[in-house]
Amino acid sequence: GRLLVRCPAPGQWVLVEMVQAFYEAPAYHLILEGILILWIIRLLFSKTYKLHETYKLTEKEKEDLIEEWQPEPLVPPVSKDHPSLNYDVVTGPPSHKIIINGKECINFASFNFLGLLDNERVKEKALVSLKKYGVGTCGPRGFYGTFDVHLELESRLAKFMKTEEAIIYSYGFATIASAIPAYSKRGDIIFVDEAACFSIQKGLQASRSFIKYFKHNDMEDLERLLKEQELEDQKNPRKARVTRKFIVVEGLYINTADICPLPELVKLKYKYKVRIFLEESMSFGVLGEHGRGVTEHFGVNMDDIDLISANMENAVASIGGFCCGRSFVIDHQRLSGQGYCFSASLPPMLAAAAIEALNIMEEDPDIFTVLREKCKHVYKALQGTPGLKLVGVPFAPALHLQMERSSGSRDSDLHLLRSVVDYCLERQVALTLARYLEKEERFLPPPSIRVVVTIEQTEENIQKAVSCIKAAASTLLK
Amino acid sequence: MTESSSNKLLNGDACHRTSNGRKSSKNGFVKNHCLFQQPQKYRRPREKNQNVTHNSNLYKKPFLESFEETPLLVAVLTYMGYGILTIFGYLRDFLRHWNIEKCNVAREREEQRDFVPLYQDFENFYTRNLYMRIRDNWNRPICSVPGAKMDLVERVSHDYNWTFEHTGKVVKNVINMGSYNYLGFAENTGACADAAIESTQKYGVGVGSTRCEIGNLDIHVELESLVARFLGVESSMAFGMGFATNSMNIPALTGKGCLILSDELNHASLVLGARLSGSTIRVFKHNNMQSLEKLLRDAIVHGQPRTHRPWKKILIVVEGIYSMEGSLVRLPEVIALKKRYKAYLYLDEAHSIGAMGPNGKGVVDYFGLDPKDVDIMMGTFTKSFGAAGGYIGGKKELIDYLRRHSHSALYATSISPPVAQQIITSMKIIMGEDGTTLGADRLRQLSENTTYFRRKLRDMGFIIYGNDDSPVVPMMLYMPAKIGAFGREMLKRNIGTVVVGFPATPIIESRARFCISAAHTREMLHTALEAISPPNSLSLPHVTFSHLIVFFFFGPSLSSEPVSLHPLRHLSSTTDSRGITRTKVFHRSTLF
Repeated sequence: GRLLVRCPAPGQWVLVEMVQAFYEAPAYHLILEGILILWIIRLLFSKTYKLHETYKLTEKEKEDLIEEWQPEPLVPPVSKDHPSLNYDVVTGPPSHKIIINGKECINFASFNFLGLLDNERVKEKALVSLKKYGVGTCGPRGFYGTFDVHLELESRLAKFMKTEEAIIYSYGFATIASAIPAYSKRGDIIFVDEAACFSIQKGLQASRSFIKYFKHNDMEDLERLLKEQELEDQKNPRKARVTRKFIVVEGLYINTADICPLPELVKLKYKYKVRIFLEESMSFGVLGEHGRGVTEHFGVNMDDIDLISANMENAVASIGGFCCGRSFVIDHQRLSGQGYCFSASLPPMLAAAAIEALNIMEEDPDIFTVLREKCKHVYKALQGTPGLKLVGVPFAPALHLQMERSSGSRDSDLHLLRSVVDYCLERQVALTLARYLEKEERFLPPPSIRVVVTIEQTEENIQKAVSCIKAAASTLLK
Repeated sequence: MTESSSNKLLNGDACHRTSNGRKSSKNGFVKNHCLFQQPQKYRRPREKNQNVTHNSNLYKKPFLESFEETPLLVAVLTYMGYGILTIFGYLRDFLRHWNIEKCNVAREREEQRDFVPLYQDFENFYTRNLYMRIRDNWNRPICSVPGAKMDLVERVSHDYNWTFEHTGKVVKNVINMGSYNYLGFAENTGACADAAIESTQKYGVGVGSTRCEIGNLDIHVELESLVARFLGVESSMAFGMGFATNSMNIPALTGKGCLILSDELNHASLVLGARLSGSTIRVFKHNNMQSLEKLLRDAIVHGQPRTHRPWKKILIVVEGIYSMEGSLVRLPEVIALKKRYKAYLYLDEAHSIGAMGPNGKGVVDYFGLDPKDVDIMMGTFTKSFGAAGGYIGGKKELIDYLRRHSHSALYATSISPPVAQQIITSMKIIMGEDGTTLGADRLRQLSENTTYFRRKLRDMGFIIYGNDDSPVVPMMLYMPAKIGAFGREMLKRNIGTVVVGFPATPIIESRARFCISAAHTREMLHTALEAISPPNSLSLPHVTFSHLIVFFFFGPSLSSEPVSLHPLRHLSSTTDSRGITRTKVFHRSTLF
């Protein structure tokens, strides 16, 4: 104050006056103003409401919450009589003649299409390998789990499929489920058939990509989706340049026994620049003159398909799966396929069995013709089963028998179909229901009985099975 | 989901850490309610605990585990190594781009050149420029039983590891320090092999159907009841692949509205399973019980994010032995926490079943705990049993539920019969049900070998990680150049080891890993130790800069002369009376 009084500058007379007024003001006035100013400062710096403290739980409250919390049981109780709880027990080998729950039957249920499951040659080669390598591999491929047999099987598969490279997995289910997320990442787009099998669905889920389902085998629907995407891409070309697009289909669908329209898919592939992944577990070793699958069936160039995957658990009658295609594509999985990198490799004896199965398939391509004839025969014979609808294409080895008219609920349908299966089991024909995880399937297929054709089934066997199914259907499904 | 949640967690923790001192003094009584009071606060992520037993009252024997901190100098050199590698990587990519250097990378088909590239260019930078240099250390093909000694297919590369050619020769009798053959059941003769041969003759190798349909063989039933008996649980179920046992069963157990608390070092299969389940995943620091308890408390107190509804259930997922660290789960503490907070416990005993415990029944046996305290006992048959596949054991309700809901039971082909037989026979031997003491001998041998090998390595001055009783022995190499050098040098000395680097380990913690087996004789271990020991494994005092340049620029083949394998070799060494060079390990505190 004094400083200003001593050297007043022209513009500061107002201040001087203020200071003078300050001196002259009565004490109570100053105190009051002082309090007011302090109050304003307090208002400015304090929070109007105390969110922090009201929401903060005391330790006691926390303890109470912890005490109070009751988790759900780890698993919900399962009713004791649930059909899939008590598995049918197979005694001995699950080959052509199979003993189920103590009863010897003709096998119309195992995916042993080429009858290699109890083939002596295959067994012999497996034994030779077992005597050389033991059973397990004790390590993943990277860490001394690569055996010369694995390399041989990979090159044999590549040669068989006429592709550059093949990669084997130790578990059929893990093959496509690992292959999809190795390429398709977050932000990428996968177009997939609604009927795609469960391992594809898991692969899609693991990839975290955008999934667009098209109606089963409906190329128009697929093209509609592709066109939509094309428009989207034109709007945002920068994003489109890094968004990979894939179509994932099955050769023969395990859930519908249908074949995919591969030539149309290939056309769409080049039109919309989408890569095709083809899962051939049901068609490898079945379709085509040499058993190479749908590509051979349709005469589609193998190079037009970016990746083919199949398991070696059906026609090959061993364990595991493989992917094949160009090295540019396949080699990537050796570092990115989770089921390949992080899992123990396939026991060498199983690889040796698969090699021998390939030998048999290469030596005698007639078996594929025989299988197809049998399939057509069964397909024809099963037409007109009362109350049951045969689903699939005539050359598919694993057909489905569905209810012609649902009895009302899925459970009662399953129950009725199971009674048909039991009726046949009683008469020495082994069938099985197709099992699904009802809550987990993206599009739950209707309940059905699987009918699996193998080359070992004789004319007589087939006739017996067909008449059995027909008799069961007419007595039980009226 | 894991990544994002772990990031969130880290951020959250970071906040917590910075305000740690203030907070704990403010509400100091938090700790009174916590089950475990530990002297240290949250550590920095890479700081490791050293021989600290947190709750000694819960342990019946000392829990000795060490993770020596990376010395600062070594860390700096390691980062420098990666820096140089990266610079040269870019340089060589540049040369390849202008066709000055030949490019060996497989190319896209001409017809598909206008497609969106299948790989982002940077995705493969690491593979192309770092992994490729030392690729010969992995996927070495073997052509014998993966037992204590194995035969390797000799291969050479004429194009710096882009392709390999088999020379047709076999490298015989390589001491196998890489396979997970803990109990030595990888055999082609003996009881297991005989039984497997018999069952191959009886059943064949395939099954051709799923467990739920028509692939449930009597041998599977026998296997499962034996596994349940072995584990001491009510019931069990076996699956064809260990990886899939995790990835296909966790989704059956938890779902939306459930919380999975997962150790940060959990195996990829557990991470995948957790992700597929659709549950929320939160990651706790490796084996850090404070971190786990904090997550548990916060989860129950705050409920689900945004909706604040209580979690349906909380599943703690841990492994018995962590295969890259050699560490053992702090199971007694985990069980105490799980009981206190009513969470469920999923224990993956992939590496520990058969390998740990006086009866070979895994970590539960090792700690002398009750298997009923672990809700889900998971393990694999690949390692100690010399077979393939995995199992889940637990209460009857759990297994019954899995029989109906496991992805594997409904959609995947069942275990191959000879593989099942191998498991049955080896498990019976471990249990002593074959009427011999063979199993007990193997268990004892494994434990002796482990102690011997770990002690010797430590005496030589190497930094090794993990629990003193763990047969997985990681030995730190740190520098990227040493990964390749060590693997090759050991192979020259006829010893097969596993070397691992980023991304399997943190970037500066590259390591060699030895898996001890009951099949290893003292002589074999001695030979291996001799080969590892500093005087034999080096001729150069340390990695010089010029050496690095040679290595980084011209690829591996030019620089395959021995280099120092010891991380701190150049710091100090003394020679003891036996002529063995001992190297003192300096901690950061002593050095700086």
